[in-house]
Formats: sequence, C-alpha cells, structure tokens
Amino acid sequence: MKKNDRGKVFNHKNINKFRELGLLGFIIILSIFIQMRNPNYLTLENINDLIKNTAILSILAIGMMMVIITRGIDLSVAATLALSGMITAMTVRSYPSLHPLLTILLGTIIGLFCGAIIGFLVSKMSILPIIATLGMMNIYRGLTYWISGGKWISSYQMSTGFKRIATGSILGINNLIFIAIVLYIVAYYFVNHTRTGRQIYAVGSNPDSAKVSGIKIDKILFLVYSIMGVLAGLSGVLWVSKFASAQSNTATGYELTVIAACIVGGVNIAGGSGKISGIILGSLLLGVLKNALPLIKVSPFWQDAIQGGIILLAVVVSALVKRSVDRNNLIRREV
Amino acid sequence: MENTDLTAEKNFDLKSFFFQWEWVLVLILIIVNFINTYLSPYYLNTYTLLDATMTFLDKAFIVLPMTFVIIFGDIDISVGSTVALSSVVMAVAYNLGMPMSLAIIICLLVGTVCGMINGLLIVKFKELSAVIVTLSTMTLYRGIAYTILEDQAAGGFPEWFTFPGWGYVKGIPFILIVFTIFAIIFALLLHRTTFGRQVYAIGNNAVASRYSGVQVNKIKFIVFTLAGFMSAIAALFLTSRMGSTRPNVALGYELDVIAMVVLGGVSTSGGKGRIIGTILSIFIVGYLRYGLGLINVPAQVILIIIGLLLIFAVMVPNLEKYFKRKKTKKAF
Repeated sequence: MKKNDRGKVFNHKNINKFRELGLLGFIIILSIFIQMRNPNYLTLENINDLIKNTAILSILAIGMMMVIITRGIDLSVAATLALSGMITAMTVRSYPSLHPLLTILLGTIIGLFCGAIIGFLVSKMSILPIIATLGMMNIYRGLTYWISGGKWISSYQMSTGFKRIATGSILGINNLIFIAIVLYIVAYYFVNHTRTGRQIYAVGSNPDSAKVSGIKIDKILFLVYSIMGVLAGLSGVLWVSKFASAQSNTATGYELTVIAACIVGGVNIAGGSGKISGIILGSLLLGVLKNALPLIKVSPFWQDAIQGGIILLAVVVSALVKRSVDRNNLIRREV
Repeated sequence: MENTDLTAEKNFDLKSFFFQWEWVLVLILIIVNFINTYLSPYYLNTYTLLDATMTFLDKAFIVLPMTFVIIFGDIDISVGSTVALSSVVMAVAYNLGMPMSLAIIICLLVGTVCGMINGLLIVKFKELSAVIVTLSTMTLYRGIAYTILEDQAAGGFPEWFTFPGWGYVKGIPFILIVFTIFAIIFALLLHRTTFGRQVYAIGNNAVASRYSGVQVNKIKFIVFTLAGFMSAIAALFLTSRMGSTRPNVALGYELDVIAMVVLGGVSTSGGKGRIIGTILSIFIVGYLRYGLGLINVPAQVILIIIGLLLIFAVMVPNLEKYFKRKKTKKAF
C-alpha cells in the first residue's frame, strides 16, 4: 500500500514537472514565432510592458488557485475588483490628499468584506461556490453601477499620488511588478510551508479525510474566499490606478481570464493540486497572448475565442495526462 | 437523508401536500402581482399580464432543460453564449442571401451543435466537471460570435419574422403558446417517462444508477444537447423581438436561468425538483422584473435583486441544516 502511494506521488511529480517545462517551452516557442512576425516584440520596453500588464492577473491567480484547490470556483472576482476600484476612486475624488497607501488599504478592506460574505455563504450555508459567486457577482456589479450612477471617474479626478501607485517604482522595479513579486513570495511560503497552507490542499484532495483528521473545513473555506476577496480588492485599486479610470463595467468577464490562467497553469479543477510556479507560467502565457495578438495583427475580437479555445485545450490535455498517469499506476499495482 | 425523502414522497397526506415549496412559490407569485398592482394602476388587466410574458419568456425556454441539468447535479453556464452565437449565425446567414426559413434551421442547428459539444466533452472527460467545460465553451461560443460580427449589429429580417416575438394568436401571445407546449412536453418527459426517472436517479447517485443499468452518459449527452437546442429556440424569439442581433445579446442569461431553476425548488446538489416549481418561478422573476421596470427601477438594481433572490433561494433550505448543526454542536 505504502509503496504504491509512493509510486503515485513520484509519478505525479514527474508529470507536474513535465507540465511546467512543457508550458515554459510553449511560451518560448510562441515568443520565437511572434518575434519572427514582429521584431518589436522582444524589446526591453515591450517585455516590461508585458510583465506590468500581467501583474494584476497573476495577483488574482494566487487567490483563484487557492479557491480552486478547495474544489471551489469564484466567478465574482471581477465584480469585486470593480466595486473596490470604484469605491476607492470615488474616495480619492472626494479626498485627493489621501495617502496612496491608505487607498490601497481601503480597497483591500472592501475586497475582504466582499470575499468574507462569499466565504460565509460557501462555508456556513454550504451553498455551491458557483451559485454563491454567480449571485454575489451580480450583486457586486449592480452595486458598482448603483453607487457610481453609471458614471466614470476619469484621470483628471484622481490625484497624482494615486496614479503613481501603478506608474511609480520601488528599487527600479515598477510598483505593480514589485507588489506581485512580494505577494508571490508570501503565497509560496504560505501554501508550501505553513500548516494552514497545507490544510488548503488537504481539504481539496479529500474533504472527508481532512475532516476526520481534525481540519476545520469551514474555516479553511472561509479563509480561502476571504483571501481571494482581499486580492481582488487590492487588484481593484491597482487596476483603477493603472488605467487612471474607474468605470462600472471595469474588468467585465475578467474572472474567466483568471480562471484560465490557473487552469493553463496546471491547477486541477477537481481540487487538491496546483502550484505557484504553474500559475506564474499560466498568467505569463495569457499575458504573452494578450500582448502579442495585436502585434501580429490579430483582430482583438478573436481574443475571447482564442482564450476560450486555450482553456478548453488546457483542461482536456490535463485530463488526458491524468488519465495516463492513473493507467500507469494501475499497471504498476498489478505487477 | 435519502430515506426520509422517499418516505415523504410516499405518504401522501394533505398536510405535506400543502407544505410544499410550490405553494410558497404560488404565494410569492401572488404577492409579486399584488405589489405590482399597488405600484402601478395600469398593471392589473389581462392585456398587461399577457403582454408582459413576451418580455421574459424567451429565457424560459432555457429554464426547462436547465431544470434537468441541475436535477442531475450539473450546471450549464454556456447557455447565454449559445443564444448569442446561434442568433448571430442566423442573422449572418440571412444577410448572406439565404432564405429566412433556412437561416432559422441553421440557428437551431448551431444551438444543438453547441449543446452536443458540451455534452460530448462532459461525457468523454469525466474528470472535468460541467462547470469548467461550460465555462470554457461560454468564452469560446461568445468569442466565435465576436469573430463573426465584431462590433457590428445584424438585422433587416423579413417582415413576418417579427411574429414569433410580437405576434398574437387569438389574443394570446404566440410565445406563450409555444412555451406552454414546450413546458408540457418537458413536464411529461421529466415526470412521466423512464427517461425522467433516470434523470432523478443520476442526480441522487450517478454511480449507483450506472450499476443498475441507467445509461448515464447517453442521458447526460441528450440533456446537454437539449439545453443547446432550447437556447437556439430562445435565440429565435429573442432575435425576433429585438429585430436585430449583436454578439453581446443574452449577456448574463445564465444567471437569470439558474436563478429561476434554483428558486423553483430544484436542489443544486441534485436529485430534487419539479418542472412546475421552475415554471412558477419563471413567472415570479418575470413579473418581478416587469413590475420593477414599470416603476423605473434601474436595470442594475434589478440585477442586485435577482442576485439576492438566487442567494436566498439556495440559502433557505440550508438554513435549517445550519441551525440543526449548531444545536447538535451545543449538545455535544
């Protein structure tokens, strides 16, 4: 029994490594192809742009990964992002002298609140994540429209300090990238080296045995959705600061991009597995596509279709890979 | 859990008959209409009540197969995109010079194929949940609609094509008649055929029903295909009502449809629910929206209300469980 388990773990590790290398290889091949079509692609400026534009996506992917690991899904991230961005922008409009850090804090708290409501619905009321987040998505989006009255908040209504959140830099690195890096380091430590982090995986891979072994599933679920909310709230502030405009339809449909980044990055939709390094590559791949499609003159209207196709391809391929792993394990067991 | 449900169904007595979710829905429907009447003096007459159905019944076509999907514990969130794609393809086909009747057949075909693709993926790849398959096809289908029409609108349909959306037959809206026919067919299918019983069986326990000879894959495939087909029917009526189409039509339909099904008493964990409940909730949500529209409540606030309705509808049955659990915890 023990031997078999070890075999399985070993095999999965191999496959995961293969997955990430494959993904990296794919990104490199894609980059070479794009570079051949348009030499402006691999310039320092464009790459800096690319990473800057991917930063928000990758921040959201951290939270989404944790949610998916617990077998859940969060469709409300884009709506939370829009709500927090809108409230923050409106606050900045009224109080231009507000310190940028305080605006970030405000956005984060709004996000936390939004996430906690979903966490409560999912963990305490045992509502399916998809239903709970679908409902809350519309409530948050509706709230955003409501409080803003459908109006935009434009660049001139925001203080320079606020806009500097996205354009400024720390130690020569753009703030957005810097924040993303810090969050990734924290998340890596949290997910891999803390007890709570490991419990997230335990809940996802087998809720029953997690419960029997004394893990408080409710608390983990609540925590995961709250973290997702916090990250979405933070992203809302960054988004609004980056584009220097807050609209009620900010980031509509962005939740799909975030989910796509996770799935392409090898986070198993059935729960229980997913790695930080995977979602970095997943976000990067989507970032590359988004950045490169206009460069090689693909109509922006193709983007959704291409993105949908890629998610579908990624889930089907990962299902096939998993199947072959399971089959190998079965063969080994028979011997 | 399952045992108590079975006995509850067996012992038919008057008390349990009246303590059903459907009666709650009837009550809500009456309250909604009462409030509407109170809010607008022009509301309560047969003309308005019948006319209002034209504004919300297009979605209702999707609610019927969605009831099946949710009864066997899955979900299909690609329906809105399917509506958009089949509507766009129909308009483009017509504008390319095809006769309207052929364009309509193409529309139905596109919807059916969309549903078949969902069904095929879900059946062939059991590792993938319906959530993720339909989530990706949702992006894909609408994406394809965008690649076809970009940001243009297409229309210019023949005169008679306004009939499905706006026409009357002997004073009754055409859409209401068609919906009634479909509702009866689906109700019979779910409650009076082996197929329907098997849908419930899958919802209660897919593995056990497979062992007892239910062709789970086949049934799932048929139901998802039906969802695609009915989305195309919805697309027909929607396009007819609007007179033209764009790639972003039917945005967020999935929420409305799922909200209606769940409000209708279909359990999201599968195995429970009846067509009559979902039909009642179609009219509740429909008249609610219509009434709120009459008093000029902005669409966004309606969005919030529908979202709240969805959350509460799923929360109410779970509340009891929640408090029970709390009590047992204290007892320990």
